[in-house]
Amino acid sequence: MIDLIQTYDVLVIGGGNAALCAALTAREAGASVLILESAPKAFRGGNSRHTRNLRCMHDAPIHMLTEAYPEEEYWQDVLKVTGGQTNEALARQTIRESVACLPWLIEHGVRFQPSLGGTLHLSRTNSFFLGGGKALLNAFYHSAERLGIKILYDAEVCELDIQDGEFRSAVFKYAGATHQVRARTMVAASGGFQSNLAWLREAWGPPADNFIVRGTPYNKGVILRALLDSGAKAIGDPTQGHCVAIDARSPKFDGGIITRVDAVSLGIVVNTHGERFYDEGEDFWPKRYAIWGRLVALQDDQIAYSIIDSKAVGKFMPPVFPPVRANSIKELAAAFKLDPATVQQTVDRYNAAVRPGTFNHAVLDDCATDGVTPPKTHWARTIDTPPFFGYPLRPGITFTYLGVVVDQHARMIMQDDKPSTNIFAAGEIMAGNILGKGYLGGIGMAIGAAFGRAAGKEAARHVRQ
Amino acid sequence: MSASDLIKQVEFNMQVCNACRYCESYCAVFPAMEQRLTFSEPDLHYLANLCHNCGSCFYACQYAPPHEFNVNLPRHLAELRGETYRNYAWPGFLGDLFSRNGLAVSLITAVSFALFMLLTFYFQDPAILFSAHTGEGSFYKIIPHNVMVLTFGAVALYVLVAFIVGFVRFWRDMGESLADFARPVALGQATWDVLRLKYLDGGGEGCTYPSEYPSNARRWFHHFTFYGFMLCFAATATGTIYHYVFGWPAPYAFTSLPVVFGTVGGIGLLIGPAGLLWIKSRSDPETAEPKQLGMDVGFLVLLFLTSLTGLALLFLRDTAAMGMLLAIHLGIVLALFLTLPYGKFVHAIYRFAALVRYALERSRPAPNVTFE
Repeated sequence: MIDLIQTYDVLVIGGGNAALCAALTAREAGASVLILESAPKAFRGGNSRHTRNLRCMHDAPIHMLTEAYPEEEYWQDVLKVTGGQTNEALARQTIRESVACLPWLIEHGVRFQPSLGGTLHLSRTNSFFLGGGKALLNAFYHSAERLGIKILYDAEVCELDIQDGEFRSAVFKYAGATHQVRARTMVAASGGFQSNLAWLREAWGPPADNFIVRGTPYNKGVILRALLDSGAKAIGDPTQGHCVAIDARSPKFDGGIITRVDAVSLGIVVNTHGERFYDEGEDFWPKRYAIWGRLVALQDDQIAYSIIDSKAVGKFMPPVFPPVRANSIKELAAAFKLDPATVQQTVDRYNAAVRPGTFNHAVLDDCATDGVTPPKTHWARTIDTPPFFGYPLRPGITFTYLGVVVDQHARMIMQDDKPSTNIFAAGEIMAGNILGKGYLGGIGMAIGAAFGRAAGKEAARHVRQ
Repeated sequence: MSASDLIKQVEFNMQVCNACRYCESYCAVFPAMEQRLTFSEPDLHYLANLCHNCGSCFYACQYAPPHEFNVNLPRHLAELRGETYRNYAWPGFLGDLFSRNGLAVSLITAVSFALFMLLTFYFQDPAILFSAHTGEGSFYKIIPHNVMVLTFGAVALYVLVAFIVGFVRFWRDMGESLADFARPVALGQATWDVLRLKYLDGGGEGCTYPSEYPSNARRWFHHFTFYGFMLCFAATATGTIYHYVFGWPAPYAFTSLPVVFGTVGGIGLLIGPAGLLWIKSRSDPETAEPKQLGMDVGFLVLLFLTSLTGLALLFLRDTAAMGMLLAIHLGIVLALFLTLPYGKFVHAIYRFAALVRYALERSRPAPNVTFE
């Protein structure tokens, strides 16, 4: 057990990208740092464990990134996915930091690789970590060990002592007992509340029971709740989050990237009544990817079925679970316990509405429907070539956006709009400042790195004063 | 795990990896995997032998145990490689025997041969065995040159046949033609990958062996072993040329080519296997395949002993201990040779075959991957 008599300069609650960025930055500025990570070592790192890249601004090819992805374009992308529900100053800070942090990441052992097979469209915008987010975390933890940062795993903080916006101490469970630790500053980098099923139900009502938590099971929102109860100013809608459509056969927690189903734009999607409900060809991944979780969440029973024919085979990333296969649409519908006649009718109507065009999955092509509601505006081809394949879909939630308000130094803002004297927040717990809704692939890690490093720097500066 | 359970486990691993792909730049296994959506048994053996067991993908894996998906490619592919070695060993029953008791079989074989030779010499004439011999042809006073050549020639031939049989069967099972194997571009690429141990670099940082902290230790110790082995081979080759072409019988001077090659190579074969044994003893049990431990250790110990007795023979060749040392050295070398086709050495055959196939696949247009 580590020394709990001393008062640490910086207590970091959480163990993911944002937490480690804060811890390393503070330590290198001379502060003594303790990390309390609620997960066991094997599952350390929150949702960062499941990530694969960082959306990175750049004006010219850099590292593995091709062409340019200037600040303005990045900002327009943020604006588009959030529908304007964002804080421009903090968003732009994230964008600028996304490139400024690269040398620092490399210095701390993070390595990059070219964009993965099947993700060529991201080679311009996203820096892929060699080995993914867990490899990034390993590099960070190795750096942290070398620098003498104290780390406790399986250490779940259950209580915060905060008086008038000032952090005093934290109580945590560790090895079957509760302990108290004091610190001069505290960085909350403990994620959203999506693994807390009761809270999810509070936000969504009974549909929440059909959600799958794609990320870590350790983000229960304990710190978020404690901060909000201690007078932190809240931001974000509790029903908003990074939520994608994933394979309904996925485990309840921790299924990660491989549960995604990328077949949506290549076929049609029907709900439990056997009817289409949204334009499957509206836009490219990741926009399409990031809206489908919510679309499915809003359907009865929170389930939908992606249906493709054999023309689509090999045109999308293979999901981990094999598709359900049938020689006719009716047979496929029956396998999903849908009404075969209705599904057949839906497919027939769709097929009849498909207009001729030149199919090209790499661009917004001219294959569209005419005379069917909802329309399919790109990549519309008839579904007529057996065998047919289907994937059942459920909403897969990665993280929730309800969080605490911060300023550009990652200082947590209280309900009176004044910053807390010694509490900082970084990562998913404050992502709602930038993401009011929607998601932009790889921005989560950019937010974590930008505000993690800001929090570490500011906490160390506060201690020195 | 039974062989069929193992195949199922690796198949599921591959489905997970193919859907994830985060480890793509670590090594050749992942790009090779991405050319497929389904995996036949020969495909899985191909991928298993591409794997160098560097461990990087295990430590980076979000689905590694205790995650319920239980993805552990280094370990599962090592188990599968064990199957490859057994399946393609010729004759098969020796592969079984060795895979169960690698270390014991190696040592018993070495001791038996050494004893056999010692006793033979002793009963012929104890005086020859225990007296010092110097000068030209001194080794052959202990064991006649023709006997040595016939014995080792026969063993070498046998070993070569066993290698070729295993290789050809493995290559054909992967669905490749022997003509394609000979294509210089692929052959050259694979050779270059082997010579620098490209896939023990963990994508640049060094591989995560023996622990999660990247290190180049294994790569270096393997280089010592590999190039040490090659230099010893060169020593034998130059010695043969000296004997037959120039008519100069052994032993040779310390400054002669065979002795210089043998000495430098021998030192490599002391440092390399000792280092590999040392890091193996500290390796993470999570990624190790315990059933292969005996096989690996047996091979490394024989390599080390071959070199140790060879160097001892070199430095004590003018003393009365020469006869005994020669018998022991030759016994160990004989055991090393005879166990080559059934032990860890065969990784070289199948990995090289897999690397050539990988280079071939890269040179072909990408297949249109389908479910069916």
